[in-house]
Amino acid sequence: MVKGIQFRNHEVVGGIVELATRYRDEGADELVFYDITASPEERSVDRRWISRVAEVLDIPFCVAGGIRSVADAEEVLRNGADKISINSPALANPGLITDLARRFGSQCVVVGVDSREEGGTYKVYRNTGDAAKTAYAGLATEAWIVEAQERGAGEIVLNCMNQDGVRGGYDLHQLRKIRAVTSVPLIASGGAGKMEDFAAVFSDAGVDGALAASVFHRGLINIGSLKEFLRIAGVEVRS
Amino acid sequence: MTQRQARVAIIDGGGANIASLQFALARLGVAGELTVDPDVIRSATHVILPGVGAARSAMARLRQKGLSSLIPQLTQPVLGICLGLQLLYETSEEDDVDCLGVLEGGIRRFAAAPGRPVPHMGWNQVMPVRSSPLLAGVPDNSYFYFVHSYAAGISPVTTGSTEYGWQFSAVVESRNFLATQFHPERSGPLGARVLGNFLACS
Repeated sequence: MVKGIQFRNHEVVGGIVELATRYRDEGADELVFYDITASPEERSVDRRWISRVAEVLDIPFCVAGGIRSVADAEEVLRNGADKISINSPALANPGLITDLARRFGSQCVVVGVDSREEGGTYKVYRNTGDAAKTAYAGLATEAWIVEAQERGAGEIVLNCMNQDGVRGGYDLHQLRKIRAVTSVPLIASGGAGKMEDFAAVFSDAGVDGALAASVFHRGLINIGSLKEFLRIAGVEVRS
Repeated sequence: MTQRQARVAIIDGGGANIASLQFALARLGVAGELTVDPDVIRSATHVILPGVGAARSAMARLRQKGLSSLIPQLTQPVLGICLGLQLLYETSEEDDVDCLGVLEGGIRRFAAAPGRPVPHMGWNQVMPVRSSPLLAGVPDNSYFYFVHSYAAGISPVTTGSTEYGWQFSAVVESRNFLATQFHPERSGPLGARVLGNFLACS
């Protein structure tokens, strides 16, 4: 169970730490922080909030947003994050995946992929943090994910854009297709609306994790109750 | 010895992610000093050999700092974590590298299989194999957080095992050398318990 926390503003650091510990206490297995101030504007960001989070958090967490170089990644990891997640910068420079994997090991290099179904094929989009800059990256989703793995990605987060924010369930068809070509952990993202959606994505798409933000954020689903629901549904979850 | 009197040396293997371990020790009221200084390491009450990264570069760094001969001679409690566990063995399949040789045997790579991606990344259960100071007070089959592509098989030093395609050593203990393949610093309250158990060793 992965909880996404999206934020844009450094004044809310106290809020981030509080949210993070709350989700940890509810039983989240891992947290992902999307620093959306960091991207797609090309400017450097203040990353001291990461060590504030690392000080209190005793479960793994990943930082996404604004990591464009080995030096950026080093700063994030040195502040106490366990993983870094890259998306648009990897599309602009696929060699970045290779460099990060060589320097830090594949286990902390997550590649996020925003994918949208169009005319029966799945296509990769970039700069999805900003609606005005969102554009087709010129790549088929399957091919990009295969390349990312070959370059050393240790985990893939597949965000199915057609489903994102709709809460109509994960895109099981796409996730099954990508699962078949993914030999590293695959995390489903986009579409979770009810507890049954989580059960379905584990049992029908065979993903290793399910990421959700809005259903937890809006208090629609409690993580503890969800894990109990999944356990009864026969999904192995950490107790 | 109380934990407060512990002087913990964390061997700086050049990995970027040491902060989470230092914060975890701080939550237990202990400061860990990141160091490659042989005198600091020798005089510490407890030594931690953490590890994120690759075996070859980690061993090269230990050799360059003169620590590859020092570590096997240490007599205080030593805790290897993740790659730190693997480095205690004789060899690793990762880059075919010679390691510290404190423990007999070698480190093998996981083979990816359907339903079993590599790296093995996430929470998995640890089964006690025999009585173990590190796992004292930890319920059987508790979940800990793992991130690794290589592992040690089961041997006489194994005190806790985990299954991922095959049974591997999740916890090993031999004389003053203890090690976990999982990350106690990222394994919630039970991880803190394991770190506390280590600090209680003398």
